[in-house]
Amino acid sequence: MEKTVNQKAWLLVLPVLVLVAFSAIVPLMTVVNYSVQDSFGQNQFFWSGLVWFEDILTSERMHDALGRQALFTGIILAIQVPLGIFVALNMPKQGFWATFCLVTMSLPLLIPWNVVGTIWQIFGRVDIGLLGYTLDQLGIDYNYTQDALDAWVTLIVMDVWHWTSLVALLAYAGLKSIPDAYYQAAKIDQASRWKVFRYIELPKMRGVLTIAILLRFMDSFKIYTEPFVVTGGGPGNATTFLSIDLVKMALGQFDLGPAAAFSIVYFLVILAISWVFYTVMTNLDKEEAGK
Amino acid sequence: MTDAAAPKARAAGLSLPRVQSSTVVMVLYLVFLMLPIYWLVNMSLKTNDEILSTFSLWPQDLTFANYATIVTDSSWYMGYVNSIIYVTLNTLISVAVALPAAYAFSRYQFLGDKHLFFWLLTNRMAPPAVFALPFFQLYSSVGLFDTHIAVALAHTLFNVPLAVWILEGFMRGVPKEIDETAYIDGYSFGRFFVRIFMPLIASGIGVAAFFCFMFSWVELLLSRTLTSVEAKPIAATMTRTVSASGLDWGVLAAAGVLTILPGALVIYFVRNYIAKGFALGRV
Repeated sequence: MEKTVNQKAWLLVLPVLVLVAFSAIVPLMTVVNYSVQDSFGQNQFFWSGLVWFEDILTSERMHDALGRQALFTGIILAIQVPLGIFVALNMPKQGFWATFCLVTMSLPLLIPWNVVGTIWQIFGRVDIGLLGYTLDQLGIDYNYTQDALDAWVTLIVMDVWHWTSLVALLAYAGLKSIPDAYYQAAKIDQASRWKVFRYIELPKMRGVLTIAILLRFMDSFKIYTEPFVVTGGGPGNATTFLSIDLVKMALGQFDLGPAAAFSIVYFLVILAISWVFYTVMTNLDKEEAGK
Repeated sequence: MTDAAAPKARAAGLSLPRVQSSTVVMVLYLVFLMLPIYWLVNMSLKTNDEILSTFSLWPQDLTFANYATIVTDSSWYMGYVNSIIYVTLNTLISVAVALPAAYAFSRYQFLGDKHLFFWLLTNRMAPPAVFALPFFQLYSSVGLFDTHIAVALAHTLFNVPLAVWILEGFMRGVPKEIDETAYIDGYSFGRFFVRIFMPLIASGIGVAAFFCFMFSWVELLLSRTLTSVEAKPIAATMTRTVSASGLDWGVLAAAGVLTILPGALVIYFVRNYIAKGFALGRV
């Protein structure tokens, strides 16, 4: 659609601007403020320059947390995106069962995040949880509070349980928008199932899949509540992701300077990667509009 | 659930051979989704003794005492009331301010519009952990700590950008000629927007409200940081009770089940919009 140039449109954006400025810029400035100051307590602060940033960027703790975070996000994206597409392809297209699947699949998305954590914390316990008990009976040595690998597996399965439906629903919405004519043409051409997927369904889902990956990336990179409830970052630091580490630093140890520098670096990393996704996405939108 | 009866037996040759396998896939996936929830419901109907002593797939000694504890104790049920108050407030605020902004983004070009749009989205990306401490200090200093409005405002941080994004997608689908015709007919902007434009994107507004509800309802870190007693959300009540009393698994499970219910209700009402809604109007 052609857009008219109209500077008065700013007036329409103003309420959002004021609100978001209040809830984003003011707190962010506080963070910036802390990140360049040091304190000996009693609310006495003095300028410390970029010391905290140097500390954070060279600290092993930050590197480890970032590594764990990247690994976690990579794994869950690698599982959830293909699995989500696969589920979407298998969903009934219409009728009662389609609605039934949609409603059931949305359910995990609307459970408060700490309840998600609680559900899996209980579910995985060897003494009272169905999963833990079953594994135990099968003779598998499973204990997510003691064993780092078990903790990772539990968190990944939990996240797959929690969020795959989002990818599936988005992919499903993309699939629904494909006109029947496309399938009929493919049938006349005697295209194989794989070819139909590769040349009809996948291109049509590209737009929604980018949204799905963007949302999943952003949310998994800032994950806090669920692993905090299930493992508390443990055993040791095995599942201490960026947000968990940050909260430990800021609210637990009250190291405001390093925590603030940490926050800013953290935010910038997310921002940079999301910007790449966003640019790709808007370019796709343009391409589509240009067709 | 064969497609055969459907009026458009779409590409029967393509989909019929995989009807069997697709049913199997969906059943397996839905069972995977339901198992942990089933276990939670199962536990909520047992006594603590039974939970800890015997392992059974259904309650041997069915009890509703866990639910009774919650609905009779105000420190429990007020948690639900608080959550619902701030979630509603947040949804109203977010959608109300996002509507005109989304209209501006979908219709006009103005100085810095693309940068502004991306900047709004960056707030959706911001980790709540970054904002927890500054929010605490900000809302304490303006005297809003432990009020519903503080949590509602804090949640606008990620909900307003999302609402703008969704609504912009839906508004783009409305032809501009409608606006122009209305102005020629002598409608003022306000009247046009409320009387003509909003009904046209009603499903978009519904979807945006649904997403605002969803993300405000599930968030815990900020709502817990910003409240202590008066506005404490149910999710926080749960965590605190666990750490205080130790092992009241039955009540914990019952409270968990009750937090799932509002979401389930909302999903039921918007079930016909879910597919389009999840694509944020971009299909």
